[in-house]
Amino acid sequence: MIEFKNVTKYYGENVGLEDVTISIDKGDFVFLVGPSGAGKSTFIKLILKEINADSGSILVNGKEVTELKNHQVPALRQGIGIVFQDFRLLPRKTVYENIAFAMEIFRCSSKQIRKRVPQILDMVGIGDKMNKYPDELSAGEQQRVAIARAIINNPKLLIADEPTGNLDPETAWDIMDILEGINEAGTTIVMVTHSKDIVDHMQKRVIAIEEGRVVRDDVGIYGYDDTCETCKIGAFSEDE
Amino acid sequence: MNNIVYYFKQSAKQFWRNKTMGFTSLLAITAMMLILGLFFVVSVNINLFSKVVEKDFDYVEFYLEDSVTESDADGIIAKLKNLNGVQEATYRSKEDALKIMKERWGKNGYLLDTLENNPLPNSILISVEDNKAAEDITAKGKDIKGVEDVKYYKETVEKLTKATDFIQLSAMVIMVFLIVVSVVVVANTIKLTVLARSKEISIMKYVGATNWFVRGPFVVEGAMMGIFSSLIAAGLTWLIYDKVEAIIGEEVMIILSSPLVPAGYMIWNLLIIFMAMGVSVGVCGSIISMRKFLDK
Repeated sequence: MIEFKNVTKYYGENVGLEDVTISIDKGDFVFLVGPSGAGKSTFIKLILKEINADSGSILVNGKEVTELKNHQVPALRQGIGIVFQDFRLLPRKTVYENIAFAMEIFRCSSKQIRKRVPQILDMVGIGDKMNKYPDELSAGEQQRVAIARAIINNPKLLIADEPTGNLDPETAWDIMDILEGINEAGTTIVMVTHSKDIVDHMQKRVIAIEEGRVVRDDVGIYGYDDTCETCKIGAFSEDE
Repeated sequence: MNNIVYYFKQSAKQFWRNKTMGFTSLLAITAMMLILGLFFVVSVNINLFSKVVEKDFDYVEFYLEDSVTESDADGIIAKLKNLNGVQEATYRSKEDALKIMKERWGKNGYLLDTLENNPLPNSILISVEDNKAAEDITAKGKDIKGVEDVKYYKETVEKLTKATDFIQLSAMVIMVFLIVVSVVVVANTIKLTVLARSKEISIMKYVGATNWFVRGPFVVEGAMMGIFSSLIAAGLTWLIYDKVEAIIGEEVMIILSSPLVPAGYMIWNLLIIFMAMGVSVGVCGSIISMRKFLDK
């Protein structure tokens, strides 16, 4: 599903990733952990071709990302669902329209859209909020919308960049339940997180990155006790 | 096909949700076009006037005494043709002269029907090589028997033409200036709209939208803004011009013996010009102002 081979990325003098080789299989649920600025965001951005690697090979969904042209990037992203810490919903569109937008990109017919959007909203438990605008929803509800948008087109891969970072613990667990359900249905999930509780409890594969290198890759626990310092400065804030 | 419907729906929604911004720019473009339209109207009329005048006075006119018959006139023509610098000489009967005048007065031509006698003289029209020849002929022609008067206005006409040319040139400069200003206004308005939505655009790109998918609604919005502005501006120009024509059209005709361009005829040309301008300004404006946000 995702194959990094000897991938290196520098930002000027600063290391992003250095000689990283990672293989993530179809159907995996992987936690990506590590201190802020360690290279987690770089990893995600390389998958989405938001940035280009200096060297190495990156295979996503069987495509060599490093060789894709700019105009092929939308097709790459259409095969990947993405969930962000800050939800990133379209503020001027209702919940329904936000989901419909992702389907419109796929050129789905309006009949399909009318049928599928309510289904998926029911699935993430906010079927009754269809006509609300994002700012009328709680954080947990917004993240549910974002997840619904990410999976509406049945992507093989779902990337979650600190999806629980802005949520209270209880809501975070609800979101994790949804993500686990999606994973059980066959979607590969890569989740960046700073939440020790979640990682320890889920007992999934954990990849730890520090200073641009993979320092650990096994099934089990979070392995850091830095949660509270770093959960404030999430991966997303690094590039803002 | 599906996409175009989508773009239209989206741009209508976008416009409605950004009413203030949308209407402000609509108003700005309309105002620009209205000023442009009024300049256009004035310029077209000056152009017509100078064309009419040039055509009417491009010859030396010999007015004949009423006692001169048509066959006598042929004799005079023969004499005139012997003079240096004469290119062509034609006879115009007083009936023809009245007919021409009537035609030129257009819908006001009925005013001439009330005349009991035709006051116009028979005349001979002579086209000449140049001004010098014309002066020569004017001087000599006066002595020919049966000639009542000789008129030659070309020099005056040339001065007039120079003046109208200058007015036209100034109008053109002002028009170009106004077009540039309206392009800048549109580009800036769209840039503001795009800027206000730059986050939305980046989210759209994350979800996998192609550049054209993001751009589509904005381009359609720009084009629609152009079309609406051109409709309003053309409508207003027509209203104003129609009123002006109704009030002073006859007077202009009588005093300057040149008609105003009919409002109904002008409006379609104006509308086509406005539309072409509005749509291209809107489309180019949106594409240009979005480039920065899409290349990321």
